[in-house]
Amino acid sequence: MTTPLHIGFIPLVDAAALIIAVDKGFAAAEGLDVTLVREVSWSNVRDKLNIGLFDAAHLLAPVAIASSLGLGHVRVPISAPFNLGLNGNAITVSAALHAAIMAQIDGDRFDPMATALALSRVVAARRKSGAEPLTFAMTFPFSTHNYQLRFWMAAGGVDPDEDVRLVVLPPPYMVDSLASGQVDAFCVGAPWNSIAVDLGVGQILHFASDILARAAEKVLAVRQNWSEKNPQIVAALVRAASRAAEFIEQPQNRAEAARILSAPERIGVDADVIQRTLDGRLKISPDGTMRASDRYLLIGREGAGRPDPAQAAWLYAQMVRWGQASISAEALQTAKAVFRPDLFDAALGRQGKGADAPGTIGAFVGPAFDANDIAGYLAAFAIQRRGKS
Amino acid sequence: MGESSPKIVIVDESPIRAAILEEGLREAGFTGVVHISEMQSLLARIYALDPDVILIDLENPSRDVLEQMFQVSRAVRRPIAMFVDQSDAASIQASVDAGVSAYIVDGLKKERIKPILDLCISRFNAFAKLQNELDRAKSALEDRKVIDRAKGILMKLKGLTEEEAYVLLRSTAMREKKKIGEIAQSILTASELLK
Repeated sequence: MTTPLHIGFIPLVDAAALIIAVDKGFAAAEGLDVTLVREVSWSNVRDKLNIGLFDAAHLLAPVAIASSLGLGHVRVPISAPFNLGLNGNAITVSAALHAAIMAQIDGDRFDPMATALALSRVVAARRKSGAEPLTFAMTFPFSTHNYQLRFWMAAGGVDPDEDVRLVVLPPPYMVDSLASGQVDAFCVGAPWNSIAVDLGVGQILHFASDILARAAEKVLAVRQNWSEKNPQIVAALVRAASRAAEFIEQPQNRAEAARILSAPERIGVDADVIQRTLDGRLKISPDGTMRASDRYLLIGREGAGRPDPAQAAWLYAQMVRWGQASISAEALQTAKAVFRPDLFDAALGRQGKGADAPGTIGAFVGPAFDANDIAGYLAAFAIQRRGKS
Repeated sequence: MGESSPKIVIVDESPIRAAILEEGLREAGFTGVVHISEMQSLLARIYALDPDVILIDLENPSRDVLEQMFQVSRAVRRPIAMFVDQSDAASIQASVDAGVSAYIVDGLKKERIKPILDLCISRFNAFAKLQNELDRAKSALEDRKVIDRAKGILMKLKGLTEEEAYVLLRSTAMREKKKIGEIAQSILTASELLK
């Protein structure tokens, strides 16, 4: 007997494990008959998951946490038994902003502290000359993109709420908006950074993995009460996604995976662009400069699939830092409980073994993260919005 | 209506659907209706209009832009999403099925929102029906063109009259339990291959 499931996704490369699980038959092998539904906004994915139109979804990790805390929206407890990807975002800037930052930089151009300090000098010079503040786009208020941009620029002394404009922009509009000068930079997932570079309208300034070594990006999300009623289905889903992730991480399978993902009803962009993302080998400048990083996007390898509650705690800490959430031990507990390594371990029969995975957030600045002392951690950061929401 | 008519903003890139909805709202006595079709600087326009209710279609990626309204503390009034009140599950389901979402400024009474939402759902469904009929009419027209071309091929290859060619198509379709358009299409495909 097969179980019919409806699963929502946004056409981004980090939906790869989910799409491959379905299109390579790993889900069917687990007895699941999955219909993937391509969506246009995170709001739609969240709402359709919340009201039960979707059984599961490819979801921004911070949205899963916000939904469980009832932030900005209706409270629906979400569980994340599988991590679809770590990292995978990049910051792309216009040619003009890139030139301005490079003119001010003191240090390595891939050093986020050097670029953040350079950005703060660019911002100061613009203010002095009476120019409009720079506009940075990201994908959603509760997104890793939002927190990565903020974390980076604040380290250089740029206040993301006061010194620049930080706006939400749907990913498909980002490249056009950069070309038309509506925005000066954006932080988004693949394939949009590569598309901006290929079209000659932007330069990739940073891989998000320059800013954080391991950041939970998208999760496989299910409603907590549904997951409690359907433990076998959740386990089957985790196994299917996990097998797909292992498949994708084998370099000899990448071309096939990229071809499957490039289908119009899936991600719908060139297989070549998708493969560059999976390989972590990106063209960062229209002049053809390439940059490779083995941390650019982690799907399954280095224990990426196993949800790490410390990652959830770090994301919650960012919500507190930027005034989206108030601080409480209870909320921290709720946030951590969204990430379910226990369900992952149970599905794969790996009790305890997952703990071998490196657990660090690995931020480029600030103290080591302590998931049990958010207040102490945040005290180290000068720019923040705590208590002002 | 007793109180003054709430200010309603429709965010929709489909001008026809927006016009259908706008007309319905006006007929129902909601006079303050503004349609935004341009997604650039969407938020700035909404802040300038300061609406009580925002209606947006679910195919619009700019829904995520609206979510930003929850974050901005300088916004005078805080909007809430329709889905915040889960007590009316049927109406939430109906609106998602119809493909529309509503954002409502906090404090607006529920009984004032219900007629707006109901009207919105029925007009969105009416539009979808219209769209379906249009698509069907288009495909019927497309079928007719294909059938005409297939008839032409049969007339030329088999020396049939137009009527004989049509009878042949129809009887083949009946025998194979297919649509005439499908049989005609396979003749076109075969003739392409054999060229």
